[in-house]
Amino acid sequence: MFNDSLPTFWSIWVAFITLLVIFGCLWLVMVVRRSEPFKEETEQTVGHAFDGIEEYDNPLPRWWYLKFLGTIVFGLGYLVLYPGLGNFQGILNWSSTGQWEEEMAAAEVKYGPVFAAFGQQSIEALAQDPKALEVGGRLFANNCAVCHGSGAKGAYGFPNLTDEEWLYGGSPEKIKESLNVGRMANMPAWQGILGDAGIEETSHYVVSLSGRAHDEALAAKGQTHFQTYCAACHMPTGEGMQMLGAPNLTDDIWLYKAPNLTVLESVKQTLRHGRQGVMPAQLPRLGEDKVHLLTAYVYSLSQQ
Amino acid sequence: MKSHEYIEKRLGVLAALVVVVISFGGLAEIVPLFHMSKTTTPIEGMKPWSAIQLEGRDIYIREGCHVCHTQMVRPFRAETERYGHYSVAGESVWERPFLWGSKRTGPDLARLGGKYSDDWHRAHMYNPRDVVPESNMPSFPWLFQNTLSGDDTADKMRVMQTLGVPYTDDEIATARETVRGKTEIEALVAYLQGLGTVMKDR
Repeated sequence: MFNDSLPTFWSIWVAFITLLVIFGCLWLVMVVRRSEPFKEETEQTVGHAFDGIEEYDNPLPRWWYLKFLGTIVFGLGYLVLYPGLGNFQGILNWSSTGQWEEEMAAAEVKYGPVFAAFGQQSIEALAQDPKALEVGGRLFANNCAVCHGSGAKGAYGFPNLTDEEWLYGGSPEKIKESLNVGRMANMPAWQGILGDAGIEETSHYVVSLSGRAHDEALAAKGQTHFQTYCAACHMPTGEGMQMLGAPNLTDDIWLYKAPNLTVLESVKQTLRHGRQGVMPAQLPRLGEDKVHLLTAYVYSLSQQ
Repeated sequence: MKSHEYIEKRLGVLAALVVVVISFGGLAEIVPLFHMSKTTTPIEGMKPWSAIQLEGRDIYIREGCHVCHTQMVRPFRAETERYGHYSVAGESVWERPFLWGSKRTGPDLARLGGKYSDDWHRAHMYNPRDVVPESNMPSFPWLFQNTLSGDDTADKMRVMQTLGVPYTDDEIATARETVRGKTEIEALVAYLQGLGTVMKDR
């Protein structure tokens, strides 16, 4: 379907105009040179004056003339070697994508074996290998740090990867799964079901789970809501479920603690509107080798 | 030098000849591309921007995103390693005006779609420093307040249709209601998440 080449007419059109312009310039400079009345520099002017400014009528400087001819020779040489004249590809057969392919092939020869060697080692072994971690660290800085921070400490809405607590599991297999296919959390909004009072009560109960200051009476009522609506994912104890990515609510880590709100207010916000945290899949972008190294790097962060 | 003097002293002739001379470049470099299937055929699987994405694209233009961000991955390894497959002509067939840009103050966005989550884009637009501390990108908090009326959406799509973008009449008829009341950030994120997603391999 994609035809790289021009239809014959347009190919000839391009070649014709290109050569016309080049030889036109050559003709022009020859004609000018031949019609020069003086062959040497003199005091003779062209005969007109503007505001007292006159113009010498001297021949083209020799160096300029030769340089001009040089550019024409260069241009013609270029068109023989490189694409330019319609569909003629030039005798070097050069193309920008061809150059890119060569670049990629050269990189594969150089880096392919390095990645292949890493690929054969286990995540646990790589997590101890300073070389692997250096490469992994670069990959992390380029691809992950934008959300998780350059120190992998996370940010509002983006999990900290350096602690022991994991939303979807911290084993090498689980980390790799998160990287390969991504994650899509889905906490529904509860405003419609719980109402303002229900949100207030439930949020007091949620913060009480990690021993934060709370209102006893409200929390007691909130517990009922929690057991009815929240326990299915966050478990009756509030310890969460990694299979669903439902966070542990007892560890006093608050992924969605907004910078301008208290923990209690942030919890209310979450309850009202729900949360849809998304980790994009990296396998399609980075490929297996790089994901393997990244897994090792991320795994190593919580092993120190 | 008689002819030279003739041209120099007649402004109209001079202007006409200047136009003739500079049009050689366009005639040789631009016009033939109108007749090359590689530059006129959309790549496989490409869909026109949806109504909301088209509005998002206009916000992208309004806020001048293209002044600091290119949408053109060049065929160099350094770029394809970072951004993904190099851009091809067939991806820009329906881009009017194209937003390739000419200078990168921020990164290239040609393959941004799907790279980050919607939440990240929102946080980043509200205040880039919240997620990228060293960023010098401006904040765009008003995108979260302004809503779209959708009054012009159908007209914009109709213009695109005239220019050869295959919008169906159905899509145009429902454009207003799908867009109306949405915030500008929703439209912009929908657009950004659609950038460069058709070419998946790298």
